[in-house]
Amino acid sequence: MKNQQLNNSIIVNPHNKSIDEMKQIAAQVRRDIVRMVHAVNSGHPGGSLGCTDYFVSLYFRVMNYKPQPFNMDGEGEDLFFLSNGHISPVWYSVLARAGFFEVSELATFRKINSRLQGHPATEEGLPGIRVASGSLGQGLSVAVGAAQTKKLNKDNNLVYVLMGDGELGEGQVWEAAMYAAHNKVDNLIATVDRNYQQIDGGTEEVLALGDLRAKFEAFGWHVLEADGNNFETLLPALEDAKKATGNGKPVMILMNTEMGFGVDFMMGSHKWHGVAPNDEQLEIALQQLAVEQASDY
Amino acid sequence: MKEYTYSEKKDTRSGFGAGLLELGRTNENVVALCADLIGSLKMDAFKKEFPERFYQVGIAEANMMGLAAGMTIGGKIPFTGTFANFSTGRVYDQIRQSIAYSGKNVKICASHAGLTLGEDGATHQILEDVGMMKMLPHMVVINPCDFNQTKAATIAIADYEGPVYLRFGRPAVPNFTPADQKFEIGKAVMLNEGTDVTIIATGHLVWKAIEAGHKLAEKGINAEIINIHTIKPLDDEAILKSVGKTKCVVTAEEHQMHGGLGDSVAQLLGRQLPTPLEMVAVNDSFGESGTPDQLMEKYGLSTDNIVAAAERAISRK
Repeated sequence: MKNQQLNNSIIVNPHNKSIDEMKQIAAQVRRDIVRMVHAVNSGHPGGSLGCTDYFVSLYFRVMNYKPQPFNMDGEGEDLFFLSNGHISPVWYSVLARAGFFEVSELATFRKINSRLQGHPATEEGLPGIRVASGSLGQGLSVAVGAAQTKKLNKDNNLVYVLMGDGELGEGQVWEAAMYAAHNKVDNLIATVDRNYQQIDGGTEEVLALGDLRAKFEAFGWHVLEADGNNFETLLPALEDAKKATGNGKPVMILMNTEMGFGVDFMMGSHKWHGVAPNDEQLEIALQQLAVEQASDY
Repeated sequence: MKEYTYSEKKDTRSGFGAGLLELGRTNENVVALCADLIGSLKMDAFKKEFPERFYQVGIAEANMMGLAAGMTIGGKIPFTGTFANFSTGRVYDQIRQSIAYSGKNVKICASHAGLTLGEDGATHQILEDVGMMKMLPHMVVINPCDFNQTKAATIAIADYEGPVYLRFGRPAVPNFTPADQKFEIGKAVMLNEGTDVTIIATGHLVWKAIEAGHKLAEKGINAEIINIHTIKPLDDEAILKSVGKTKCVVTAEEHQMHGGLGDSVAQLLGRQLPTPLEMVAVNDSFGESGTPDQLMEKYGLSTDNIVAAAERAISRK
């Protein structure tokens, strides 16, 4: 009965935007990010800006899902999990603009009584979020579990998860990496935001990650690399990742991004990991993030 | 004093294994995960009959908790199995964020809790797990007393939507609970009605409380004995009603005094019905190697300790 219902209504991407359209959406999302963190003088703009093109690609082209009514179980849908929960601003903006909730709600980010908590949570019932994250290293395990349930349910959709590169210092990530390969969890596309930055400095200075391709391949993963700030190459890479699923190995995208991408004074530095722009910096950022038809919340 | 009889002594972990197997047969959404302790957790039968719903995780408990949280998405009801130590302290943050705060329908099933683990010693004898778990918002905490009650509890928690911590142990203890007794989460079980003192016990201490009731009866003391299998949510009504009658209370548990059942009862009574209270629990100490009986004796969790605590409580009325 349940399977029949699934077959009768195949869920597709509700937007299926062109690259040109996605560039405009990405600029609008970046405007949201800097305005959201500026408004509460807190939050994490650097990683959010760096991963904007990835989020826009998933929600406006790549993933098959239904924004409303939001279904926690996600049967017949692709699922997305954010492990590095501190880049919540980009996720909230993309969820709102993809239709999960009103764009105006972005104005409540990090404020009292908001569904848009500093780090993503299910407690307040924000549509689009299926597990809390913020304490790092947990998202891959959750995504692997959800992928295994999809297999049990004979649901052929995929599970996506994004992690930060600094987050790979957490041992649980490697527990999950070993488990996913051992159990052939091949309906999973994990992505590492490889921006080489973490709070205290460069990843290779703080605790060197070294050759991540070799590491994940040694753990039994199918590994691809992508430029996360270029739709022309990112979209084909995401398609390659999809094609690599179903072959007995979990799929990993090592996605090179630039922290703070799109705002010149924030780019490439860990200093904007968790710092909000002041009034003057916000104005400069918004000038750099011009869109044809701005629709700021 | 009411007589309780039993035909055999059985371990509570086997009650979990039996309950899990039955759930496998009756609820297709139940899945089980284990961190390299299938035999110790008595999960063999479930694994054999439902291999496609059984997940061997290896020695990676943090991953196991995250996997379980993720498996709920899509409607599965994951039961995780490992020792109580590795089910709580080792994975507290994973449980806190991915399961409790996320409101996930995960059943954390924990064996070898407390001193009765015996010879392995303090590294494995967790006595803080109830405290850790009961502090987490949304978490239900259950510590059944014998094989039958553990089996019934295992089956009952599958029908409850939300995270549950189910604590049980290794030693064989009298299996006296009727096999057909319905398990109601949060509902205390009255074992003996009395007038002089209320003894509130959980887990392995329930049978010792019954033994203490007999000894007290020989001394002319009429003890009311309550089995609190659910530490959170606590059956406030049953406790207040009993203590209102007896005017003094003893709590008994295989756990630290700080953070256990006694703490919860003291908090309830402090707020609503200040009453002389004595606690039979481990007093701010780690355990050590020894036989279960030796350890229960040395750390003050024996039948005689309950008797003495009852007499102290009565003297303070």
